[in-house]
Amino acid sequence: MKYLYYPGCSLKSTGRAYEESALAVTEALGMRMDELEDWNCCGATNYMSISELKSFALSGRNLSLANRQANNTESVSLVAPCAACYLGLTKAKRYIEEYPEIRSKVDGALNAAGLEYRDHVRVRHLLDVLVNDFDQRSITERVKVKLAGMKVACYYGCQIVRPYSEFDDQHNPTSMERLFKSLGMDVVDWPLKTRCCGGTLTGTVSEVGQRLSYILLREATRRGANVIVTACPLCQFNLECYQSEMSKRFNDSVHIPVTYFTQLMGLALGIPRKKLGLHRLFVPIPDGVESPAAGGAHVLA
Amino acid sequence: MDNWRGWDKISYQSDLDPRFAEEIASIPGGDKLFACIQCGTCSGMCPLSSYMDVTPRQIIAMIRAGFKGDVLSSYTTWLCASCYTCSVECPKQIKITDIMYAAKRLAIREGVYPKKFPIPVLASEFFSAVEKNGRSSEGRLIMKFVMKTNPLNMFKQAGLGLKLFRTGRFSIKRESVERVGELNSMMKFLEMEHMIKKASDAVGVKEDHK
Repeated sequence: MKYLYYPGCSLKSTGRAYEESALAVTEALGMRMDELEDWNCCGATNYMSISELKSFALSGRNLSLANRQANNTESVSLVAPCAACYLGLTKAKRYIEEYPEIRSKVDGALNAAGLEYRDHVRVRHLLDVLVNDFDQRSITERVKVKLAGMKVACYYGCQIVRPYSEFDDQHNPTSMERLFKSLGMDVVDWPLKTRCCGGTLTGTVSEVGQRLSYILLREATRRGANVIVTACPLCQFNLECYQSEMSKRFNDSVHIPVTYFTQLMGLALGIPRKKLGLHRLFVPIPDGVESPAAGGAHVLA
Repeated sequence: MDNWRGWDKISYQSDLDPRFAEEIASIPGGDKLFACIQCGTCSGMCPLSSYMDVTPRQIIAMIRAGFKGDVLSSYTTWLCASCYTCSVECPKQIKITDIMYAAKRLAIREGVYPKKFPIPVLASEFFSAVEKNGRSSEGRLIMKFVMKTNPLNMFKQAGLGLKLFRTGRFSIKRESVERVGELNSMMKFLEMEHMIKKASDAVGVKEDHK
């Protein structure tokens, strides 16, 4: 299986720590993942509000570039760590392949640019790859650090499981819980894990959007979580960056670290904090939670 | 009872647009709209329905009845955060999220939203950046968005901006693909296609009238 990395816009700016930790973790697992050459925007959410067809064409170009970079091999996965990019690319692929009238327009547009659409490129979320292409026991054996007292709430958000759910249960996904158990951490039961964080409403209609994020944080805390892991740059931003605003708005003290799942995973694999972009968090993971645990002995025992 | 102004809500059949339902149903798979049984599952599951002026179920009924003006000027379609819960739970597999997108696109095209209303402004700014450079530059997008909606927010959000800057998460660098020409040819092709379709539709309409 050949993997190509599709960063998307957020992983180059507000979500830089997601890129840093995703690359560090995949490198530690010995997985090669080259960046897609000259990738463009996936055409997600905001773009879809203006032109659906153009958004499919944008994704069409990315899929066509992926095919070319993989020399037309049959088994290539375009890996998107961002949930919105993952859905944008997946939705476009499905619509291009299901509706001939869309296919012919996207084909026409790509041909006009000297490109060609091919069906066989798979679109995958990074979580899917790390949970399903790796034997979880081999991940446990790579654990170098025990994280004492970490109670993890795993947040999936919307677009990994809806409208499609290609690698997990749509109503009760468990990929992240399984992964963090393999890494030797406690996970909390948190039924809101697929409820909407508010998306871009946190910035546009903040009184509504931030309320949605606040509900999630409050419930996670009440269920005993002391860290939330996410698999989407917008979810991470919403749940972390507005905490001080939420505290004022809802007259509560909201203070819980929210990391990318790859950051906490990397910490357990013994990757230095800086390499995982943990210094970019507003609410840090407390110092000194790490203790040595070579070979994940505490998990396997 | 004197201040009951319920008659303000009455629409006459002549105010309705009989083509509206077809217009919305023309999106891929959109004809399932006509299978709606008005069960209200969408409204019950929607995490935002309590903040909306009309519920998603009502939107579907209004689209089918032709209440174009009311649907396009409602707060509801803008509040849809596209979490797809309604689409997944709908017993008739109606793509409600996609219908909300279709309504947003029509409202933007026809300019039916309050000026400086933040959501379409964000969508338009995002769209034009991607159209020009093939990528969105988040820092620039946020600044443009704040300037065009509520510049005073620049001060309110200064704390957040500073924190992002300090943690290296805010950049004003202009992101772009290298081969912008490729994207331009693609977009030009789609615009030509669209114009040809519009022209032939217009001819079709004229023939209807004969």
